[in-house]
Amino acid sequence: MSSLADPNSDRPTDDIVDVLIIGAGASGAVVAASLAETRMKILCLEQGDWIKSTEFPAHGRDWEARRYADFDISPNRRGRDTDYPVNDDNSIMKIANFNGVGGGTILFTAHYPRMHPSDFRVRTLDRVADDWPIDYWTLEPYFAENDRVTGVAGLAGDPAYPPHEPTLPPVPLGKTGTRYAQAMNQLGWHWWPSDISIATTDYNGRARCINLGQCTPGCAQGAKASVDITYWPQALRAGVELRTRCRVREITTNEHGMAAGVVYYDPHGVERFQPAEMVILAGNGIGTPRLLLNSASARFPDGLANSSGLVGRNLMLHPWPQVFGYVEDEVDGDRGPQTVMWSKEFYETDPSRDFVRGYTLQFARGGGPVGEAVTSMIAGRLPWGKDHHRIYRTLLYRRLVIGVACEDLPEEHNRVTLDPVLKDSHGIPAPRVDYTLSENTRRMMEHGIARSSEILETAGAKNISCSRTLLNYPGHLLGTARMGLDPRRSVVNEWGRCHDVKNLFIVDGSIWVTSGGVNPTCTIQALALYIADNIKRRLATLFD
Amino acid sequence: MSTGLTSDPALSAAELRDLRCLAGFMVPADVGYGVPGADDDIIFADIIRSLGRDAQAVRDALQMLREIAGEGLASGDPNSAFDRLDTGKAETAMLTLLSRDDSVVKALGRAVLQCYYRDDRVLHGLGIEPVAPFPRGRVLEQGDWSLLDVVRGRPQLWRDDREGDVT
Repeated sequence: MSSLADPNSDRPTDDIVDVLIIGAGASGAVVAASLAETRMKILCLEQGDWIKSTEFPAHGRDWEARRYADFDISPNRRGRDTDYPVNDDNSIMKIANFNGVGGGTILFTAHYPRMHPSDFRVRTLDRVADDWPIDYWTLEPYFAENDRVTGVAGLAGDPAYPPHEPTLPPVPLGKTGTRYAQAMNQLGWHWWPSDISIATTDYNGRARCINLGQCTPGCAQGAKASVDITYWPQALRAGVELRTRCRVREITTNEHGMAAGVVYYDPHGVERFQPAEMVILAGNGIGTPRLLLNSASARFPDGLANSSGLVGRNLMLHPWPQVFGYVEDEVDGDRGPQTVMWSKEFYETDPSRDFVRGYTLQFARGGGPVGEAVTSMIAGRLPWGKDHHRIYRTLLYRRLVIGVACEDLPEEHNRVTLDPVLKDSHGIPAPRVDYTLSENTRRMMEHGIARSSEILETAGAKNISCSRTLLNYPGHLLGTARMGLDPRRSVVNEWGRCHDVKNLFIVDGSIWVTSGGVNPTCTIQALALYIADNIKRRLATLFD
Repeated sequence: MSTGLTSDPALSAAELRDLRCLAGFMVPADVGYGVPGADDDIIFADIIRSLGRDAQAVRDALQMLREIAGEGLASGDPNSAFDRLDTGKAETAMLTLLSRDDSVVKALGRAVLQCYYRDDRVLHGLGIEPVAPFPRGRVLEQGDWSLLDVVRGRPQLWRDDREGDVT
């Protein structure tokens, strides 16, 4: 780095780069690796650290407890010095994320479904929300490329999806999956082994899954496809520079209204200026609008790229009720990848129901000794006192649990703004989240809860109960800088470029128009590959 | 907004006595199952050592307990120990506390359970070998894949948006 003077201040200025990526998570890694072949000078600034596999909880006897501590999914509870706080007091869904190389993929379950073709056309098909400016078929080759790099376990032939070929054998059904499958066949409902980004055989230098059961708080084996071990090695080998512990405060603009670079804090807390020809935001559906709103200036008084007023609006979080039941015989517990299979029986709109759109049923295994105790204590299943031990022995390794992955539709009042009081450790205003459930979503949730209960009863489970929002917030942060053709109704165009700032791109989940009823990472990464490809093909006229 | 973090100092001697009494009530020893209680020396030491992010919540829960138990205990008198209360009165107070749907009570429960269910003796009592998952891993059977045969024959479930089926 140089120490040239910034003409506008006395802060040190780094050498200019061609491409500056903000965020090294699911989408930032993909766009870095894809653009590397251009031989442009590419830099990524990431506020978190590299996480060594030896740091993952599965190495120690306190492996379950650390899920409630330094590997908690909530940044507010985790409280690492690389995290920023989020005021989610006024949101029924709490916020989950991870800040570090790999981002949310460090803490995801690796459930890896694609969006469905209908998800991109909800206005045309179901008369709600808006269509995306692109469709499934546009993304199809990028889904395939992403599957190849990532390594996706699954099985071809699912009647709920257009044909595609997962790259690896599916994760075992195990005892738990077999119980679910028997029940689903008895009911005559669809099920299929999930696409899961876990290496079930050795793949691209990653060792195969050994059923640690600790997918969410990081995979010590390296079988889970977090992007720190998939895309990042590829990007770094190709010459991309990645600087960790660098927190961006704001994106600055020049007299032409173009992004000039960013002001950031380096690992020593020194405020620096990083100039760039092009800036790509990959901060997730909370971090990206936060940064755009924090980049307000005289030229952009309402926040950068916000002439539509939609930056931060239309937040979608995927409400995710969980329905629990317990069987008499031991099943898998935490022995194996946590997710097993999905059902798309209720995914597509059915006019006979009292809601539009639908949901995925995600079938999971159970918890370990601590996880079962804590979850059941919170749910009121596990008593204190003399009955504690007897009841506990009817719960441990006997749990079936179905997640109802609901599509929440975009609503402008669900939004991210800047908190007037709360700030991160660098004094940067923190995000505030306001989010409520719509009536359509509530009806969908209740429908999914009722169907899940039927499944569990059919599977022979008893002690069936539900957590609507208390125990589960998946960290799917979507919609807050939506994609579209009309600059008055969207923030970025159909290939991720901001309407208002032609050298500013967004590649994370904030550009989603609708949320589908699936875990988003697979589609986020396919979208990032698609946008990177557009950037490469349009280089000569990229900013026109 | 609560961040759940704390830098408070260690619990006082009175708080430790109260917590130990409470932990033993929450998860008592059981001869039949051959397991210690959560007030066992080793387990309780682990609980105290591991309070971390929950330290303030646990302290708040203990204060609640003293308020429930009576004014004398809530006064802050260091000689006023909860474990010297009449057994019936103490149990009533603990049950009242633990039945509250309150975040600090849940944090207290988590603080106790996360240590109790990693103790070697407790895990042995459950028939679980007390080892970290990595590097040995676990065995997971394949299950019955023949169950998928009936699903393979189902008609297409997804809507093809290219077919003009837009109503």
